[in-house]
Amino acid sequence: MMCSRGLLQTDKFFYMQYVVVIFLCLSIVLYFLLGGADFGAGIIEMFTSKKNRSKTRRISYHAIGPIWEANHMWLVIAIVILFVGFPSIYATMSTYLHIPLLCMLLGIIARGTAFVFRSYDAVKDEMQWWYNRIFRYSSFITPFFLGIIAASVISGKIDDNAGNFLDAYVFSWLNWFSVAVGCFTVTLSGYLAAIYLIGEANDEDGRNRFINKATWMNIAAVFFGAVVFLAAWANGVPLPKWVFGHVPGVLAVTAAFASLSLLWWCVKKGHDGIIRVLAGFQVVMILFCVGYSRFPYFIALKSGHDISLLQNFADAGTIQTLGWALLLGSLIILPALGYLLYSFQKKTNVIEV
Amino acid sequence: MDNFLAARSQMGLSLAFHIVFSCIGMVMPFFMAVAHYKWLKTNREVYRNVTKAWSKGVAIFFATGAVSGTVLSFELGLLWPKFMQHAGPIFGMPFSLEGVAFFVEAIALGFFLYGWDKFNKWFHWFTGVIIGVSGLVSGILVVSANAWMNSPAGFDYVNGQYTNIDPIKAMFNSAWFSQALHMSIAAFAATGFAVAGVHALMILKKRNIRFHTEAFKIAVLFGIIAAILQPFSGDISAKFVAKSQPAKLAAMEALYKTQTHAPLLIGGMPDDKTQTVRYGLELPGMLSFMIYEDADKEVKGLDAIQPQYQPPVAVTHYAFQVMVGLGVIMFLMAVMYLVALIKKRSWLSTHWLLKLFVAAIPAGFIAVEAGWVVTEVGRQPWIINGVLLTKDSVTPMPGIAYTFYLFTAIYISLSIVVIFLLYRQIKMVPALYDVQQGLAADR
Ligand code: HDD
Ligand code: HEM
Ligand code: HEM
Repeated sequence: MMCSRGLLQTDKFFYMQYVVVIFLCLSIVLYFLLGGADFGAGIIEMFTSKKNRSKTRRISYHAIGPIWEANHMWLVIAIVILFVGFPSIYATMSTYLHIPLLCMLLGIIARGTAFVFRSYDAVKDEMQWWYNRIFRYSSFITPFFLGIIAASVISGKIDDNAGNFLDAYVFSWLNWFSVAVGCFTVTLSGYLAAIYLIGEANDEDGRNRFINKATWMNIAAVFFGAVVFLAAWANGVPLPKWVFGHVPGVLAVTAAFASLSLLWWCVKKGHDGIIRVLAGFQVVMILFCVGYSRFPYFIALKSGHDISLLQNFADAGTIQTLGWALLLGSLIILPALGYLLYSFQKKTNVIEV
Repeated sequence: MDNFLAARSQMGLSLAFHIVFSCIGMVMPFFMAVAHYKWLKTNREVYRNVTKAWSKGVAIFFATGAVSGTVLSFELGLLWPKFMQHAGPIFGMPFSLEGVAFFVEAIALGFFLYGWDKFNKWFHWFTGVIIGVSGLVSGILVVSANAWMNSPAGFDYVNGQYTNIDPIKAMFNSAWFSQALHMSIAAFAATGFAVAGVHALMILKKRNIRFHTEAFKIAVLFGIIAAILQPFSGDISAKFVAKSQPAKLAAMEALYKTQTHAPLLIGGMPDDKTQTVRYGLELPGMLSFMIYEDADKEVKGLDAIQPQYQPPVAVTHYAFQVMVGLGVIMFLMAVMYLVALIKKRSWLSTHWLLKLFVAAIPAGFIAVEAGWVVTEVGRQPWIINGVLLTKDSVTPMPGIAYTFYLFTAIYISLSIVVIFLLYRQIKMVPALYDVQQGLAADR
């Protein structure tokens, strides 16, 4: 490569690096939010009494049905960005976190198929019992392992020098901290879904039911949030430092907590649009305060060596094209997705399929 | 089962499962769009019913295709981390664009499935077309990634390092066109024949004949056009393979010795030990002729390849025979149907013709699976042809055999459930869509 061209390329490369990193973060955050709310619908169903289940099911079907496929595409996008743009990070994760990734995959398979099977089985009979059961349990398992994976990436338990199977492939992810984060993710998903569904209910009774669910999920989330800190302490993960060790983190946590009271006030007043935004905001803040203090490090290894996003890019040529593909792709996708969300927002339009 | 074999089997199984759903996901939206168009133009109830019935099938297949595809995008890393570490940045371009295409597809699907009677009817129709187009585009893109594994391009490989990466060149590697063309046509042929066959079966059973006749007519037309084109596209593929992957071609044809006037082998049982083929029918000079249009040209045999780099001969050869055999049968059926159609022969709707299509339900899909076995097994022992060995890229984690058993069990149960659901959808057709009852049910 000629010298002058080389310079120009590094310059462009610099910007594209950030484009790729931003898209990676964006797709991870959106998956937590949209995928999470989607899992949450199943979790809510699990905690709904038998007599109200079919009602809840109908409401959540109409709420998530149209954007159902799209919600899960964020995961695929994140995976693709990882393996194209950050091959060594992807290779490390898929080697040492093989087992939780596999469990999450099983959840995805079971959930995706059960969801469609139950709405597209031409005969509604006892098979529905199976579909529903599978759907509910897998709605629980998938975010649980998602949380485990997220926790294992940052907890510094991945041992790339391990000598035996257990150390390399099991204790990389099986510890109190990961399990606590898994539970925390489940409760957050349930919380997001309950808040979202408040606005979808078509009568006072249904509305109150979802408000009740949201309250419980909120309490559970705060509880498991505390458990996460305890577990972090037990496993020697410096979580308090990551969350409270810098001003933006403290601000984010404060904002999340402060917005909680605002949220419950809005629930009372019936501002259903605002509460969705606030709940989303809270989850984003939680992700932000950990992400901010960890950035640019993505994976923490047991050896103390952290794998940085900014130092493990693929070749410049790859990042260039990946960046362009993401930019152009989002020009097509975002407006279409926005229109989809907008079109199916009006709940009065509910019709049977 | 040893780890390496288990990883290969799991990969092959997952892909073999996914390809069925993705073919249907790519092609059915086009059938639907035709039926939908006819409904909007003619207002004949039967077309609306066909569209709706098909759209339910598509939803089932799409969801299963989407989850199995998500599984694949993980499995590439779970099973072949070293391959993805090196290959990801090079052949990632089609995957990133594919992500975009999937997204568009998922959005369009939301509009289409949930948008009946909600939007302008032509906008609604158009979202259906978008599902098909983006499905087809994503199919072409993945195949281009696979083509790169067969004929790697867009990088320099020096001292074990991959440098000078050019993802665009990698995407448009020399194999992509022939493979993408062949695959796209295959998807239409396989799905067309399968769908037509199922509706033919229903006609034979005298179930709601009007409905199934219209459905049959649409599906069969796509199927026969594709089946007629397929051997020509296969010929392009074979010529290309001969040029770029002589080892694969030799294995396909069980050609042990390099020779001029190379024969085309039909059937036969290759024997690696004696390096001979038993019971085969050899057409002298035909292979040389088909590849170079000159029977005097020399075709490389397996003896030109170092023994440790030779692919398994028997599997590749049998798979190739199965694909070509089925291709010829489908071609003949298609030509026959086309002639009848043009000449408006009365035997168009006779029972034996319908029975023939019923018998051909699985033909296209068996050919698709066989074709992929040719491509993938014929590339062995390489995962990136001539650059990286499959065994060097397998995951270090032991115990893959168990995950393989697990996935086998899952895929078998999913297949059973999907078949069961389709059976129910089809069985319910008279009740859901019978012309008189259908009208009543609309109220
Ligand atoms: C309906 C399915 C179908 C039918 C009828 C045929 N094929 Fe095929 N074939 C495929 C479906 C397929 C496939 C599954 O789609 C493959 C696997 C990889 C690919 O690109 O296409 C394939 C691969 C494939 C390859 C290997 C390409 C490579 O490795 O790069 C060759 C040489 C042929 N085909 C040749 C033929 C010929 C000469 C046929 C004559 C009738 C034929 N195929 C019919
Ligand atoms: C959907 C149709 C496909 C089918 C049915 C299929 C089938 C197979 C089979 C049978 C194997 C095992 C071969 C062996 O080890 O002897 C295999 C391996 C593999 N395939 Fe494919 N394949 C398909 C498409 C693809 C595509 C599109 C890609 C990648 C972009 C791909 C990537 C791989 C990889 C990475 C392996 C493992 C390494 C290897 O054995 O070379 N395949 N596939
Ligand atoms: C290693 C190979 C492959 C990977 C990693 C892969 C990945 C994926 C993923 C992630 C999805 C889900 C997208 C969604 O939710 O819409 C998917 C679906 C799909 N795949 Fe694959 N795929 C592979 C092989 C293939 C092949 C060989 C074809 C076709 C030639 C294909 C065609 C499709 C199509 C058309 C869909 C859309 C879903 C449907 O219509 O059922 N894929 N794939």
